[in-house]
Amino acid sequence: MKIAVCVKRVPDSEARIKIGGDGKAIDDAGIKLVLNPYDEYAVEEALKLKEAAGSGEAVVVSVGTDAAQETIRTALAMGCDKGVLLKTDAKELDPLPVARVLAAELKDGAYDLILFGKLAIDDYSHAVGVMVAELLELPCVSAIAELEIADGKGKAEREIEGGVEVVEFSLPAVLTAEKGLNEPRYPALRGIMMAKKKPLEVKDISLDAGGIEVEGLAYPPERQAGKIVGEGVDAVPALIEALRNEAKVL
Amino acid sequence: MAGVMAVLEQRGGTLKRVSHEVLTAARGLADGVGGEVHVLLIGGAGVSAEGVGEYGADKVFVVADDKVADYQADLYASAAAEQAKAGDYAAVLVSATAMGKDLAPRIAARLGSTLASDVTQVKHDGGIVVVRPVYAGKANYTLKVTGSPCVISVRPNAVTPVAVARAGHVESVSPALGEVRAGTVEIKAPERAALDVAEATVVVSGGRGLKEPEHFAMLEELAEALGGAVGASRAVVDAGWRPHAEQVGQTGKVVSPNLYFAIGISGAIQHLAGIRTAKTIVAVNKDPDAPIFKVADYGIVGDLFEVVPKITEEVKKIREG
Repeated sequence: MKIAVCVKRVPDSEARIKIGGDGKAIDDAGIKLVLNPYDEYAVEEALKLKEAAGSGEAVVVSVGTDAAQETIRTALAMGCDKGVLLKTDAKELDPLPVARVLAAELKDGAYDLILFGKLAIDDYSHAVGVMVAELLELPCVSAIAELEIADGKGKAEREIEGGVEVVEFSLPAVLTAEKGLNEPRYPALRGIMMAKKKPLEVKDISLDAGGIEVEGLAYPPERQAGKIVGEGVDAVPALIEALRNEAKVL
Repeated sequence: MAGVMAVLEQRGGTLKRVSHEVLTAARGLADGVGGEVHVLLIGGAGVSAEGVGEYGADKVFVVADDKVADYQADLYASAAAEQAKAGDYAAVLVSATAMGKDLAPRIAARLGSTLASDVTQVKHDGGIVVVRPVYAGKANYTLKVTGSPCVISVRPNAVTPVAVARAGHVESVSPALGEVRAGTVEIKAPERAALDVAEATVVVSGGRGLKEPEHFAMLEELAEALGGAVGASRAVVDAGWRPHAEQVGQTGKVVSPNLYFAIGISGAIQHLAGIRTAKTIVAVNKDPDAPIFKVADYGIVGDLFEVVPKITEEVKKIREG
């Protein structure tokens, strides 16, 4: 089974975001950048499927700056076989140009499965994986929490509001991973050592201009400092009073 | 004439509340560009577009076919893209629900257009301008969307529905549905019909402070009394106490309810990012220095096992009285 896993380098979820001097992008100096958490589920699923099949290849693909090599190495350390960096310094907020370069890279790769995280925790687009599937005209299930693959067919479950959709498809297919799909493994020391020697190809690419212009990036309005209504159970009547007559939410 | 197309969402033939929100966003944008609001409603044979005109729809296109009674990604994408191509639209709007988050990028890819996901504001200001929280709400982009047509998904609870009477002229259409590549074969109902945290107007979330998974029953009781949903912190989801669907925060759901209770949640950055747009936040925690109190509108320092049942009791009195 040949599987591609598309990953993105993003600021850690515990990082404090600092907006840069131009007021249009974050300043990522001093911020810990990591493999996007949802992509970890995609990597883990690729490794599990490859291990279950007994043979195959898991290829990590990322669009990003040179620094994204480190992120690809993380996935290689988890157990993927080789990496491809589609290198660009451009930061594109319109997902379609990014999907186009990935689709071009993946198109002739003879992949049985192409996996993504359901979204990247920086821009929250929830789009690139689904768009790649559309561009390649492949079956696609997004935000999957369960997956079974057998005999060239797949069955996946995705959570919707108040229920779960069960979706069937044939391979090749594109899937995007939700939290809960699996428990991603930690790279072992041996994996980290081996990852240094695994092939990582860097290809220079350019992104089409998207249709989004940044006017500004700002911190959300600070919440008004709240108040401690009181201590313990005695404070409950005052809370209820405030919720009814001040906040008017009860 | 460039107008706006709004793709509505129904479940079991009944419009979801988010449909009125996306209609209101579409009406505002259409007024800005000087165009009409056209609605696309896809559903089974009995689907009804009743009342859509009351929320500002000039025209309502209905695709009524049992093949598309429930969400079928490929068929819905085909119908929406075909219908969008048939009109001259500046923008196509959908709700950023489980369906919309899947559908919006499909439509954008089929139209070769720009996508702005999960926006909290859409306006016309010398062009289409959206506000889009990124880093799970730690920062907000103001973006000019220059691609035309563009697809925009609107976050649930971010827009307050406004009734604006328009003709709402209903027309039955049958755009090409195309082939099913990945087909939904079943929709499993949950064991207990739960309201989704992302859509609920009241969310009662619990964290480590609850000590044991069984104690969430206390939060379920409060949520039920308020007609709300139960949420959970990452710590308790990772510990397997609660399903991931309930997780609030950067790797869970970003919520904007009218009222949010953080019970026994200290307030890690990634959790706070997910509740920033909640209108009123109430925190109950035994630690007076917990970061949650810095963002909570109202805090009670104390033992949640005493405080929460008392809140539930008071809420029940109000609801019954």
